[in-house]
Amino acid sequence: MLTVEDLNVWFGHAPERVDAVGSASFAVGPGESFGLVGESGSGKSTILRAVAGLIDSWSGRIAVAGRPVAGSRRSRGFHKTVQMVFQDPYASLHPRHSVDRVLSETLHLQGMDRIDARITRLLDQVGLGQGFRFRYPHQLSGGQRQRVAIARALAAEPRLLLLDEPTSALDVSVQAEILNLLADIRAERGLSYVLVSHDLAVVAHMCDRLAVMRAGRIVEEMDAASLRAGRAQGDYARALIAASAGYVREA
Amino acid sequence: MSPLLSVRDLRVSFPTRSGTFQAVRGVSFDLGRERLGVVGESGSGKTMTGRAILGLVRPPGRVEAERMALGGESILDLPESRLRRLRGARISMVMQDPRFSLNPVMTVGRQIVEGYRLHTGTSRAQARDKALEMLAAVQIRDPERVFHAYPHEVSGGMGQRIMIAMMLAPDPEILIADEPTSALDVSVRNEVLRILDRLVRERGMGLIFISHDLNLVAQFCDRVLIMYAGRVVEELPARDLHAARHPYTQGLLNSLPRLDRPVDRLAVLQRQQGWRDAPPAGTP
Repeated sequence: MLTVEDLNVWFGHAPERVDAVGSASFAVGPGESFGLVGESGSGKSTILRAVAGLIDSWSGRIAVAGRPVAGSRRSRGFHKTVQMVFQDPYASLHPRHSVDRVLSETLHLQGMDRIDARITRLLDQVGLGQGFRFRYPHQLSGGQRQRVAIARALAAEPRLLLLDEPTSALDVSVQAEILNLLADIRAERGLSYVLVSHDLAVVAHMCDRLAVMRAGRIVEEMDAASLRAGRAQGDYARALIAASAGYVREA
Repeated sequence: MSPLLSVRDLRVSFPTRSGTFQAVRGVSFDLGRERLGVVGESGSGKTMTGRAILGLVRPPGRVEAERMALGGESILDLPESRLRRLRGARISMVMQDPRFSLNPVMTVGRQIVEGYRLHTGTSRAQARDKALEMLAAVQIRDPERVFHAYPHEVSGGMGQRIMIAMMLAPDPEILIADEPTSALDVSVRNEVLRILDRLVRERGMGLIFISHDLNLVAQFCDRVLIMYAGRVVEELPARDLHAARHPYTQGLLNSLPRLDRPVDRLAVLQRQQGWRDAPPAGTP
């Protein structure tokens, strides 16, 4: 579904050039859910943004559903295949567009027919119902906004969702609802996910496999079972898992 | 021994277009030389409780309480001038994000020195030594360099340690830490916690640790208050958090994905109207 080979991403020009990602490679199969974990600044979100076409200073190979992409230009077909959900539900919705407008504009752009019926279905699918259709973002809670963002991503009927910390701005009880929703959608539609998160427990819950990143490089790839068991190969991944387990008081 | 801080029936309210909104509705607790965790979701009133203690609720917000006493002395409805002498010197607060609480156009050292001199009236040279000593105390390896750095030149974890150094320089009796580690990576988080932990144990400081992270609070604190809709719904020793009895606390714990306990589906919290009004579990 997604192949990333030898990906390098940089920002700025020498001598101030910052290398955000260095020779990262991974592949995500159809229907698979893949996690990218690491601390802030490790390059995990940057990889998603490069795939989505939000960054043009990259080299290497990115292919979606077998089709290679280049630079930051993406075809209509690409957006029908790949959609992204962002971290901050407060920043990713236009404050003066109603839910109806957000969804109908997206559906229109994707060249969909029966827009009205589709909006009804999308809202049902993300558990919002018709009562929310003509509301504005400020009338919605954080969790409800993230549901709208997910509905917008689903409007194109994509096959791959790029999820950038989709629940880190939410309370834990709301996080549980959104993670359940994402799991249901994946099961129903057979979607592939790439999930970026700093929360190892969230990734273990949602993903089959994951890559651990550090300073722009993928230092290790493992499956969720190894993550849960703390079976990391390298020192860094092992330390990260240990630190995530929580705080141990000094005697 | 009388507690460091004693709060009875604290209420914080704000007038809105649709009537009065009560952010905190009758919170009572005592703080000793301990780590007291305050957990709850956004909007549960935990931050407002901290701000009310420091006198940081601005009009039209109203703070009322039966009692709010620091070392036996009432700190309720103090004039701003008296509050200023209290704030920083005897009670301090560390906020969530160092990027918003440090002055971006002033070097780190100057900010610490200014705050310290304001409360202690020492000479510039003494304050400078104190600032360097505090930076070293929060495990900053090169205090001299950080002293001359601007906030944008340091990382988030470093910024939070600087905030802690600044807040602790006047040696307060109580530190209110509002989500001090939520913006930090896990490795840095544990370092910051270790510093706070040491301060409580070595200086006998009282710490109010406000957090949304139940597991962290269970591991770090001595005692926990669980807040819901402006009230304390449950109070219990931190080590017993996983045996919590209130359905809200249980619901929060169950909704967290855990590395050591795989589940097919996460439990979803079913909120009940009664939680808003019921007396806290465990009280007679």
